[in-house]
Amino acid sequence: MSPSIPLQEMIRAIRSARTQCEERGVIQRECAAIRAQFRQADNGARSHNLAKLLYVHMLGYPAHFGQMECVRMIASPRYSEKRVGYLGAMMLLDEKQDASLLITNSIKNDLSHSNQYVQSLALCTLACMGSAEMCRDLAPEIDRLLRASNSYIKKKAALCAVHIVRKVHELGELFAPAARSLLTEKNHGVLHGAVVLITELCERNPEALERFRKTVPDLVQIMKGLVISGYSPEHDVAGISDPFLQVRILRLLRILGRHNETASDAMNDLLAQVATNTDSTKTVGNAVLYETVLTVLDIKSESGLRVLAVNILGRFLLNNDRNIRYIAMMSLQKIVGTDHNAVQRHRGTIVDCLKDHDASVKRRALELSLALVSASNIRSMMKELLLFLSSCPPELRAQTASGIFNAAERYAPSQRWHIDTILHVLTTAGGDVRDETVPNLIQLITNTSELHCYTVHKLYRALLTDISQQPLVQVACWCIGEYGDLLLKGECQETEPAQVTEDDVLDSLETVLQSHMSAPATRGFALTATMKLSTRITDNVDRIRSIVSIYGSCIDVELQQRAVEYNALFKKYDHMRAAVLERMPVIEKNSLGQTNGDFAGEAIKAIQPAIVKQGEPPLLLQPANQVCDLLDLLGGSEEPLQPSSVQSGTASGLPINNSSTAGGDLLDLLGGFEPTPAAQAPAVTVYEKDGVNLTLLCEKHSDTGLTVTLTASNSNDSDISSFTLQAAVPKSVQLHMKAPSGDFLPARGAAKVTQMVVLNNPNKVNLKMRVRISYTSQGSACQDTVQIDSFPGL
Amino acid sequence: MRFLLLFSRQGKMRLQKWFMPLTEREKKKVMRDMMMLVLARPPRSSNFLQWRDLKIVYKRYASLYFCAALEEQDNELLALEVLHRYVELLDKYFGNVCELDIIFNFEKAYFILDEFLMGGEVLETSKIAVGVSMEEADTLQELLCHQQTMEEYMSKPAY
Repeated sequence: MSPSIPLQEMIRAIRSARTQCEERGVIQRECAAIRAQFRQADNGARSHNLAKLLYVHMLGYPAHFGQMECVRMIASPRYSEKRVGYLGAMMLLDEKQDASLLITNSIKNDLSHSNQYVQSLALCTLACMGSAEMCRDLAPEIDRLLRASNSYIKKKAALCAVHIVRKVHELGELFAPAARSLLTEKNHGVLHGAVVLITELCERNPEALERFRKTVPDLVQIMKGLVISGYSPEHDVAGISDPFLQVRILRLLRILGRHNETASDAMNDLLAQVATNTDSTKTVGNAVLYETVLTVLDIKSESGLRVLAVNILGRFLLNNDRNIRYIAMMSLQKIVGTDHNAVQRHRGTIVDCLKDHDASVKRRALELSLALVSASNIRSMMKELLLFLSSCPPELRAQTASGIFNAAERYAPSQRWHIDTILHVLTTAGGDVRDETVPNLIQLITNTSELHCYTVHKLYRALLTDISQQPLVQVACWCIGEYGDLLLKGECQETEPAQVTEDDVLDSLETVLQSHMSAPATRGFALTATMKLSTRITDNVDRIRSIVSIYGSCIDVELQQRAVEYNALFKKYDHMRAAVLERMPVIEKNSLGQTNGDFAGEAIKAIQPAIVKQGEPPLLLQPANQVCDLLDLLGGSEEPLQPSSVQSGTASGLPINNSSTAGGDLLDLLGGFEPTPAAQAPAVTVYEKDGVNLTLLCEKHSDTGLTVTLTASNSNDSDISSFTLQAAVPKSVQLHMKAPSGDFLPARGAAKVTQMVVLNNPNKVNLKMRVRISYTSQGSACQDTVQIDSFPGL
Repeated sequence: MRFLLLFSRQGKMRLQKWFMPLTEREKKKVMRDMMMLVLARPPRSSNFLQWRDLKIVYKRYASLYFCAALEEQDNELLALEVLHRYVELLDKYFGNVCELDIIFNFEKAYFILDEFLMGGEVLETSKIAVGVSMEEADTLQELLCHQQTMEEYMSKPAY
């Protein structure tokens, strides 16, 4: 075991260099000496020189001139030289280098050497850097070694075979028989190698997977032996017998049991035993438990075992060790879709992990929390999420913000809550929200007509406090422009009314216009809002006129264009000004043939003749691609299109009251021309009694699968709560009910509850569904059943 | 496992084992990224992090960071055990191993690693077996350093 003196001297010399420059000098001198030595004939110091070179390489300096020396050393009969030569090959050569082919022959010879340590060098190097070529050449040799040699060589040959299979998939067939027989070995190293090899074969080849399923009983036996047997000092780690082998066997069982009932049944008992008996005080025990949980959740295990697995994950969540908590959350993330209720039970702990100091744990907790939000816990979850948003690390803010928006959209208990939540996010993390937040929020505000006064008050106050958050400022400007008159009226039901004068409002808008913090788009919003106010206020119209004319010579082209057009509105088209700037109607999202005010109608008329002129069939577009195809149409260079594109140009100039992306709105309008998607049929009322109305909408999404959406509304004068739907279908039909949008039906149809039901009808039987409706109205519980026999659109 | 790196707090690479083919430039970039990510972690964080599509498991032993990259299906907790086992093997071989041992005897560190892992997978699960192989290989090297070829040395019976 004597160390290499020349090598150690050189290392000392390099380490004593005080500066980078000095170090480079030392290394250059040494490399020159090494190069000279390489050129000389065979001397006793070859292995030392190569070792020196490898050290230099590890520090990051170029060492490619050592490649040929490696090749020569590998071919040497001396073991010491072979050892360093092969090490050099693994460090300096890889399959992309030409020199690597030169060692193929040496490897081949060494594979049949009489000494097992030489053989092992060859096997190791082949497994490390063997190219596909080399693997193909040497595969038969490896197979021979798998069968005939001692345990030391067998285990190395097994992992070498794994590398070969990864490089050249077809060779898997070659190793399959040998792999099977290796499972009968006693030596743990060989067993481990065999299990890894079989795993690799099964992952690559479904046929191999079928054949190896027969080994499940053997694997179960081996595993039982490990778990129950007495203390084996050689393989013991903190009381667990050979955890490395246990984990690999569990992983293989997972692959074999997936999608297969019989195999899964055969391993049920074993998994239960491992899950209950493994000591979980140390990391090593938890590693085995973790793998067991992954296996249980992935195969077709019985429900008792699944519950056991989820409980183990629950215990992990409470573990002091951060690593274990991280692992638990990752696993729960994978099953939150399928075992949602089981995971919900641990919601409290997961939400607590949001406050953990570790960034990785926080990230996992965030993803899991967002997945666990549902109609029943939305208020408390949102409180936690908003708290998290104000203190979370910057890299997670965008994700948190968009998660909050999605959750709010799906489960908002009331409009006001929804608006409040969005405003809260915009004030806290306005810089990290997505672009479409602004138009979405504007649409939401427009549609909540009863809260216009409240909203504009809130936004005005927010604007006074801080004008740096662009999305917030944009929405605030828009609102003030639209509903400024409500602000000035000085009365509001929902919140403290503001005592503002017209000058105050115009001041705030001008501040935004002039601030260097405002983005160009924001200033556009502010200018438009100022203009809109000209029809809503009475005294300061002149001030507005002067603001608008100033911006007529603004450097920003967009602002200039707007200002010039508004000026024109004041001068030539003053008679149209009131009509143009009137209140926006309710915007419907994604409705077919929507009309955004009068001039939008003109835009449609303008575009339509162009399309007909094209002689193209009316846009047969898939909904997903409509925007791209439409862009192609508008950008097309055919003659008939030119006049229409000019018209569309003016049309897009007119809707100045639309939210930021006028172009986007135009395309939405054109979306009204696609033919109704064939698979969709109109909603049909299936139940109408006592003011409760239930409609059904069918959508086929595959040959045997369809999605039924049940929408409930309440036309009574009193609210309905605890509204639930249950469904039953014929035996052969599979039913999956998604989470309902809520359980509260406010009076007079103010909001609806939707429930999606996914059905799969593989035998194509006559589809029927019985729906039970239960709810509480005016303090009394009601229940009713309705049978649905016909599904429109099927 | 895709790669295993050992580096000091000052950012000096002490051992690098690659289980996937990469060019020199790519390797250098990966090493820089790893060092940046791992050295920036606050003291009591979890030992796992996500990088590109790989799971990175790292553990600090005295002045050295042991850093392994795993694929999606690999078990992170077991990887911690693998790193720990490697440290135990080094400790047994060098007797109270420290960073200097690994610096001055880096080739031995590689040889020990090659008896424990191969192709990114665990090769031998018994500590004793790895120790025995290293001893025998070293003896072979010693005994033959004055002899010409190995044919003159009778190999030990297979174990």
